[in-house]
Amino acid sequence: MQGILRLYAFVLIAVLLLWSTAGAIEKQAYQTTSDAIIVYNWGDYIDPGLISKFEEETGIRVIYQTFDSNEAMLAKIAQGGTPFDVAVPSEYAVSRMIAEDLLIPLDLKAIPNLKNIDQRFLNQSFDPHNRYSIPYFWGTVGIVYNAHVLGEGAIKSWNDLWDPTYRNSILLVDGAREIIGMALNSLGYSLNDTDEAHLLAAKAKLDELTPNVRAIVGDEIKFLLETDEATIGVVWSGDAAEIMSENEAFDYVIPEEGTNLWFDNFVIPKTARNIPGAHAFINFMLDAENAAINTEYVGYATPNLAAHAYLPEDVRDDPRFYPDASVQEKLEVYRDLGKVMLGRYNELFLEFKMHRK
Amino acid sequence: MTRTLKWTLLAPYMLWIVVFVIIPIALIAWNSFFDLEGRLTLDNFVRFFSPTYLKMSFISIWYAFLITFISLLVAYPTAYVLSRTRHKQLLLLLIILPSWVNLLLKTYAFMGIFGMYGLVNAFLSLFGIPAQEILFTDFSFIFVSVYIFIPFMILPIYNAMEEMPRGLIEAALDLGASQWTVIRRVIWPLTLDGVKTGIQAVFIPSLSLFMITRLIAGNRVITLGTAIEQHFLVTQDWGMGATIAIVLVLMMVVTMRFAQATPRA
Repeated sequence: MQGILRLYAFVLIAVLLLWSTAGAIEKQAYQTTSDAIIVYNWGDYIDPGLISKFEEETGIRVIYQTFDSNEAMLAKIAQGGTPFDVAVPSEYAVSRMIAEDLLIPLDLKAIPNLKNIDQRFLNQSFDPHNRYSIPYFWGTVGIVYNAHVLGEGAIKSWNDLWDPTYRNSILLVDGAREIIGMALNSLGYSLNDTDEAHLLAAKAKLDELTPNVRAIVGDEIKFLLETDEATIGVVWSGDAAEIMSENEAFDYVIPEEGTNLWFDNFVIPKTARNIPGAHAFINFMLDAENAAINTEYVGYATPNLAAHAYLPEDVRDDPRFYPDASVQEKLEVYRDLGKVMLGRYNELFLEFKMHRK
Repeated sequence: MTRTLKWTLLAPYMLWIVVFVIIPIALIAWNSFFDLEGRLTLDNFVRFFSPTYLKMSFISIWYAFLITFISLLVAYPTAYVLSRTRHKQLLLLLIILPSWVNLLLKTYAFMGIFGMYGLVNAFLSLFGIPAQEILFTDFSFIFVSVYIFIPFMILPIYNAMEEMPRGLIEAALDLGASQWTVIRRVIWPLTLDGVKTGIQAVFIPSLSLFMITRLIAGNRVITLGTAIEQHFLVTQDWGMGATIAIVLVLMMVVTMRFAQATPRA
C-alpha cells in the first residue's frame, strides 16, 4: 500500500516537473520581445532566403509556422495559445477575423512600401481602406489541361468541362466554395449567390458533370496532374503554375464565364507581442526587389506593381496569371457568406460527392 | 486484497477513463444538441434522418461490410495455414510488420502503385494491356482498406486456431467425419470467438474511414467519417459533426453486441 502510494506520488511529481520544464522551454522559444517575431503562413509560401535576409538586415529572429487551411489558422488564433505576430489569411477569413475582433489595425505609416502595391488591389470590399490587411499574393481559380493530349485551346470555359468526351478525365479540388462557385459561374450566376433555387440548379448541373469527374482531391491534385493521372484539373492559379513548371504539357485558362479572384493577405492578429517587428516584416516583404524574389519562388501573382520591374518579362506579361482588365472585370472575390450559408454550400457539395455515376 | 488497496490500484485507470472517455463522449453528446448559431435544438438528429445522411450511413455500412467480409475471406484460410506451418513466428511477424508503418505513408505508396503510370499498369503493359484506371475506383478503395485492416483479422483468428486442441480434429476424422464436416462442425465453431473479435476490429474502424476515401477513392466514396471531418474542419458545424459521431458510437454498440465473443463457461 505504502509502496503504491509512493509510486503515485513519484509519478505525480515527475509529471509536474516535466510540465513546468516544458512550459519554461516553450516560453523561452516564444520569447518575442524585440528580438523575434512569429510568422504564421501557408506551407511553402515564402522564399526561405528572404527570411534569412530579413533576419540579417534587422536582427529580428523569425519563427516560422505553417497552417494548411484558413479554418485551422482561425481556430488557433482565436484560441490564442501562441503569440503569432503576422498571419496570412485569405480574404473571406480576413472579414471573419475583423468581425470576430481578432485583428489589430495596421499602422500604415510604418509600412511605407505600401505605395508599391497596385491601386487596383487596395481598398477591397473585405477590408475597406486596408485598415487591417495588405494583399500578399492574388490569383484565380481555373482549369489546367493537358494541351498535348486535348489540343491547344481545347478548353476555354467552364461549360467545356461538361463535354461527354472528357469522361473520367477531370480532377476537382476539394473545396465547396470553389466547386459550387464553378457551377454557379457556368450557369451565369454570381459565385456569391445565396438564392436557394440557383444553388439547387448549380447542384443539379454538378451532378451532370459526375461522369467526367475522376476524383475530388486535396493538395495531391498537383502531384496527380504532374504525373499525368488525369488530363484536366480545376485548381487555384498558383497550383497551376507549379503543375506547368513540372509538366510542360499542361496549360492554364481563366474560364470565359468568370471565376474567383482571391487574395492572401498580411494581417497582425490580436495575439501579437512584437507589433513593431510585425510591421517591419510586412514592410520588408513589400519591398519591390524582395517581392520579386518571392514571386519567382512562390509562383503566384504578386499585387506588387513596383516588383514587376524586377520580374522576367515572360512572367509579368503572362495573361494567364496577370489577366488584362477585360478579363479581370469578370472575376469576383468571395464574400463571407456567414456560417449558415457556408453550411448550405458544404451540404450541397457533400451531396454532389455522394452522387454516383 | 483489501478494499482500499483495490481502489488505490484502480484509481489511475479510473481517472484515465473519466478524463479521456467519459468526458469527451459527454462533450460530443452535448455538442450534438446545438445548431450552427449555437441554439439548443434537436434539429441535427432530424437532419440525420434526411435522405442525404441515411444514404451516407447505408454507404458506410455497405463498404464496411465488404471490407470486413473480404478480410475474413482472406484471413481465415491464412490463419489456418499459419497455425500449421513451421515458421509461425517469422510469418506472423511479416503479417504484423506493415502495421508498424505509418498509415499515410502506405496510402501514398498505393497512389503510386495504382496510378496510370504506376507499378500495376507497368506490369500490365508487359502483356500489351493498355493502362487501366485503377486509382479512384471502388476496387482500389476496398483493396487498400482490406490491406490495411487484414492483420487485425488474421491475429485473433490465428490465436483461436492455436488454442484449438489438435486432437479434436484427428478424433473427428478417425470417427469418419469428412474434411468438410470437420471444418464446419469442429474448426469453425471453435474459432468463432476469434472471428467475432476480428470482425469487431475491422468493421468498426472501417465505418469511420476518412483519409483513404479521399486519397484512394477520390471522394467518390463518402462515409460518415468523411462527413464528420468536413463538419468539424470546414463547415464548422460542430453540432452536426457531433450528431454523426454519436450515431456512429451507437452503431458500434450494436456491432459489439452482435459480434460479442460468447463468454466461456
